Amino acid sequence: MALSRDGSTSLFAASPGGTLRLAGYLLLAVALMMLDHRNDWLPRVRNATALAVEPAWRLAGAPARWLGDLRENLAAQSSLRSENRKLRDALLLANVRIARMQALVRQNDQLKRLLDAADSLRMQGQLARVIDIDLDPYRRRLVLNRGAREGVRVGQAAVDAHGVMGQVIEVLPNTAVLMLVTDPSSALPVIDARSGVRAVAYGSGSGDGLSLPDLPINADIKVGDSLLTSGLGGRFPAGFPAATVVSIAADRSGSYLRAEARPAARLNRSDQVLLLRDLAEPMGPPAPASDAGPPSSLIGPAPAGQVGAAPPRKTAHAGTRQ
Amino acid sequence: MMRNDWQRWICYLSLVLSLLLMLLPLPVALLPLRPWWPALALIYWVLEAPDRVGLGTAFITGLAADVLAGALLGDQALRLVIIVFLAQRFRARLRFFPVVQQSAAVLLLLLNDSLLRWLIRAFAGLPMLPLLTWAAPLVGAALWPFVFLLLDALRARSRTRES
Repeated sequence: MALSRDGSTSLFAASPGGTLRLAGYLLLAVALMMLDHRNDWLPRVRNATALAVEPAWRLAGAPARWLGDLRENLAAQSSLRSENRKLRDALLLANVRIARMQALVRQNDQLKRLLDAADSLRMQGQLARVIDIDLDPYRRRLVLNRGAREGVRVGQAAVDAHGVMGQVIEVLPNTAVLMLVTDPSSALPVIDARSGVRAVAYGSGSGDGLSLPDLPINADIKVGDSLLTSGLGGRFPAGFPAATVVSIAADRSGSYLRAEARPAARLNRSDQVLLLRDLAEPMGPPAPASDAGPPSSLIGPAPAGQVGAAPPRKTAHAGTRQ
Repeated sequence: MMRNDWQRWICYLSLVLSLLLMLLPLPVALLPLRPWWPALALIYWVLEAPDRVGLGTAFITGLAADVLAGALLGDQALRLVIIVFLAQRFRARLRFFPVVQQSAAVLLLLLNDSLLRWLIRAFAGLPMLPLLTWAAPLVGAALWPFVFLLLDALRARSRTRES
């Protein structure tokens, strides 16, 4: 009842104190925005409040998970059976490929041992599930259900069965935030599988594509070419499928080409991602050939260069390996 | 006494729920149309319980939304504070509007907020939003009657239960 009396006293009830408080809050908010923009406060705040943030993310992701479970349970048996058959075929095929790969790996190991190389091609990974929530719909980010406690670190690359998905940019105790390759602040060094042309693929921000701006006008890139990660920059291991070129056009000045590409990974449909534990290939340019030098045991390991392809807001973790 | 307790719980619960709704996944095509749930909930509580929900609540809700969404700290806090301030200022009149007219007022508040959001993103150098985002206030205004009736029903229930 007190409310209506308050409303009837004056139709334009606004005390000067209210305006003052508004100004105070606005100043506070603007100051926060500037601090966050300059010093990257938000990740720190998030880390401090991880205890509250993580359950909220999981809670918000729960309905989608329940729906998915329900759909799985309701799926007809026949479709399951045919899917099972298809999967078994795929598994067989994959096994054959793996067997071949293992042979290659063994061969590679032998060759590397022959070359006295320190690293072997060990690719360890960790499966993580995607928690189905939308953080900021205009940045391409995913939340994963593995975090620092499971050994996830900032900078790890994530792949799915079809190609590179992105990299971990933020780690909380039990969750991690993955920046997809289509995020506007993502840059991915790639190499054209057909012609060997190197380029950097940026996330286009709008939509789900990648764009390769500023290619030389005579660059040998065609529509349909598949792009692989080049391994330069040390963030992403080399040789993973990254994207397929879908269009090429000259830019406005006419002196550069601009290519658009579709990412190879199923970014919207992936439920599970594989976080690569360590970088498989050495970073930077290969060591110069030394066929006339001293024996290889006297030469140190190849220098690990760090080419800047890291996202602008994070420090580079290239070169960490176990 | 009990009634006040119940109303406070409804109030905070609705704010928390609105934050979670904000995170709920949607098909990509519908993403820009997502209504800004915390604003709707806050407007309701400013109109109906102005002594409980004010600028401070708006600021804290906005901060929580920012931390959850991880865009720019302070962005939503600022916008929610402005919305709540405007709603407070016109509260005496808004309260006695029929629901449809209230929807129109909510639309104006949200459109004003869209403009502000656009400005903030331009200043912070964040990527521009798709044009469809400007239609989100329409969705919010269209949902207002339902939000209003739902929260009103919950509140009214507390009244009959306790009296």
